[in-house]
Amino acid sequence: MGIEQKLGNLGISTLTLDQAVKWARTNSMWPMLFGLACCAIEMMSAQASNFDMSRFGMELMRASPRQSDLMIVAGRVSRKMAPVLRRLYDQMPDPKWVIAMGDCASCSGVFNNYALAQGVDEIVPVDVYVAGCPPRPEALIHGIITLHEKVRSRDQTGRSDHGKELAEREQQMITGARGA
Amino acid sequence: MTEQNEILLDELKHLVSERALTGETMLLNMGPQHPSTHGVLRLLLELDGEIVVNCIPDIGFLHTGIEKNMEAKTYQKAEVMTDRMDYLNTVGNNLVYCLAVEKLVDLDVPPRAQTIRVLLTELTRIASHLLWMGTSALDLAAMSVFLYAMREREMILDILEMVSGARMMTTYIRPGGLWRDVPVEFEEAVANFINILPGRLDEYESLLTTNALFLERTEGIGVITTQQCIQWGITGPVLRATGLPYDLRKARPYSGYEQYDFDIPTATGGDIYSRYRVRVAEVRQSLRIVRQALDRLPYGPVRSNNRKFVPPPRSELSTSMEAVIQHFKLWTEGFPAPKGSVYAAIESPRGELGFLIEGNGGSRPQRVFYRGPTFANLQIMPLLSKGHFVADLVGIIGSIDIVLGDCDR
Amino acid sequence: MDAKLQPAVDALTGRLNVEPVEFRDQVSLLVQPDQIVSAAQILRDEFQFDMLTFLTAVDYWPELAPRFHIVYMLYSVPHNANLSLRVPLEGNAPHLPTLEGVYPNANWYEREVWDMFGVRFDGHSDLRRILMPADWQGHPLRKDYPLGYEEVQFTFNAEEIDLRKPYARE
Repeated sequence: MGIEQKLGNLGISTLTLDQAVKWARTNSMWPMLFGLACCAIEMMSAQASNFDMSRFGMELMRASPRQSDLMIVAGRVSRKMAPVLRRLYDQMPDPKWVIAMGDCASCSGVFNNYALAQGVDEIVPVDVYVAGCPPRPEALIHGIITLHEKVRSRDQTGRSDHGKELAEREQQMITGARGA
Repeated sequence: MTEQNEILLDELKHLVSERALTGETMLLNMGPQHPSTHGVLRLLLELDGEIVVNCIPDIGFLHTGIEKNMEAKTYQKAEVMTDRMDYLNTVGNNLVYCLAVEKLVDLDVPPRAQTIRVLLTELTRIASHLLWMGTSALDLAAMSVFLYAMREREMILDILEMVSGARMMTTYIRPGGLWRDVPVEFEEAVANFINILPGRLDEYESLLTTNALFLERTEGIGVITTQQCIQWGITGPVLRATGLPYDLRKARPYSGYEQYDFDIPTATGGDIYSRYRVRVAEVRQSLRIVRQALDRLPYGPVRSNNRKFVPPPRSELSTSMEAVIQHFKLWTEGFPAPKGSVYAAIESPRGELGFLIEGNGGSRPQRVFYRGPTFANLQIMPLLSKGHFVADLVGIIGSIDIVLGDCDR
Repeated sequence: MDAKLQPAVDALTGRLNVEPVEFRDQVSLLVQPDQIVSAAQILRDEFQFDMLTFLTAVDYWPELAPRFHIVYMLYSVPHNANLSLRVPLEGNAPHLPTLEGVYPNANWYEREVWDMFGVRFDGHSDLRRILMPADWQGHPLRKDYPLGYEEVQFTFNAEEIDLRKPYARE
């Protein structure tokens, strides 16, 4: 505490390595261009000048998965597109995050039929779901800020541990059933 | 990995030339995720160096099964899905669906509703062309045009939100008229928009139209003739850029378009530059129509009175028993449509957009077919791209103005 | 009926075995499957119906005869007139000759009808699936193909459905 006050106005700040890494990760998270359908148009609107996403560090939208760390799945994922999505997710280097933008990516939205994957979390683990059909650009930016807070507040790399939660819940249901 | 490639070649042996089988030309996959494919379009390119010998489009990555899903819903509830097909021309999709349903059940539309329908459809056309201009210029590396074009598009989306509550998927046009009347601020907002746009459009044109780099990348590339267009069923700006002034708003007018005074811009040349000129001129003509529609906006109801097909206004539900019964019947069972099929078409920013609806006497359609302009326009990709460089291919895809939502539905 | 269509309709009813049907001012001609190519050629060459606007199919299951109607919409640019042709087909192994030689854009439309309905087009240059993945089984738009929806999660069944849902763990 004391050293920060002493050196504060010299332009030096002290923090833990963890905090520094998380600050760097959140402030320059590069999204991968994965606009599929109508939500892609709202994502483009969010990137354009009215609701600027570059204020949050997302100046570029990288087309190559090898150079990006955030995949915003914007739009409906059909059964034909699902293997492509998985392959691109696998090509992204760690740490990586996924935002499911829109109703179709979260839960297949209006379309409950044979042709769509019912929610993109059947294919990739999702960190933040943004609701809306399509979500307003402000809603998408709110989702991105939520993701930033999630990354800053976690103790590990920031990867989704939805799988761990699911496994715990499954275990509870099984032991609960056996107990009852 | 190699087995996957071999299977691919086997399936497509009849489509690629013999030089591919010996390895003289290279097969390259311009995959579904690509910054310039405007959606999820996969192109299999057969390249001789950098020159495209053949280009095989592979679609279906956005297939949503909307037509089958619409068969399981009543006519009113199915309209929600129509917005999401051609997602850049959402109001137009609603309009053509409502025109088809109204023709099927023989429903009237009051004049105020028709004028507002025309107004909103033309605003959506302007929005679609602005987005097209932004993204296709972005493909050709004119990045600032994208940021400028989205400014005006935001103004149009604000107007749509004021009218219906949603920026893009409005479902504002319903069978029998509109959902509800426009608010008081609507006329002022549209008048404001009409005053601002021509100056801004001149700015955007000054960035592109006489730009030597843009001309070099677009003139003489992707040429098609009128005869080929008609043979392949191409409509819209692609056809008008070859010289034929065929526009459904003049040829088979709908929703009162015969009362408006506007021109059909054409260009000769049939290349990317002509299509660009045609679309920019179309934006100006749409502004003319919007101005005339705003001036002649008549007073009156905005929805038909026919309670067999149109639900009563909610204020009546507390006083009239018949209104409650009609409301209940329409929202649970829906209205029955006669046996028979109708086809209704409008001029969307991409071409002829049509709905073939077949009724079967019940309240759910027997078949809904969406004739999307992109499905027809994408078939000429191989024709347009033979002999050009891969970099030109990007410009060609942009100039056809594809939206995969209406191709794959 | 549009007066411009009258000569074409009369010529076809005279020469081939077609039956005109009119509904809401739109004319459809019922054509037999083996005569569709000649009908289209007559309309294209003699009556200037030069554009095929679309081609699709309708399934009338559980009626098996005819089970499918293939609908063609032809448009004439000089006369500005629309004419539709309907071909009734039986249910088992439906097939009919391709229209690719007359209108080249029938290519993708016929592939779509094959993909969605299972109607074969004899003589088509490239009949494979276009909208569904290449290894998909079944023809989705047929009426006996299920919609394929998943059960809606309400509060009372949310937990059970959640456990069965195929979430991606990693």
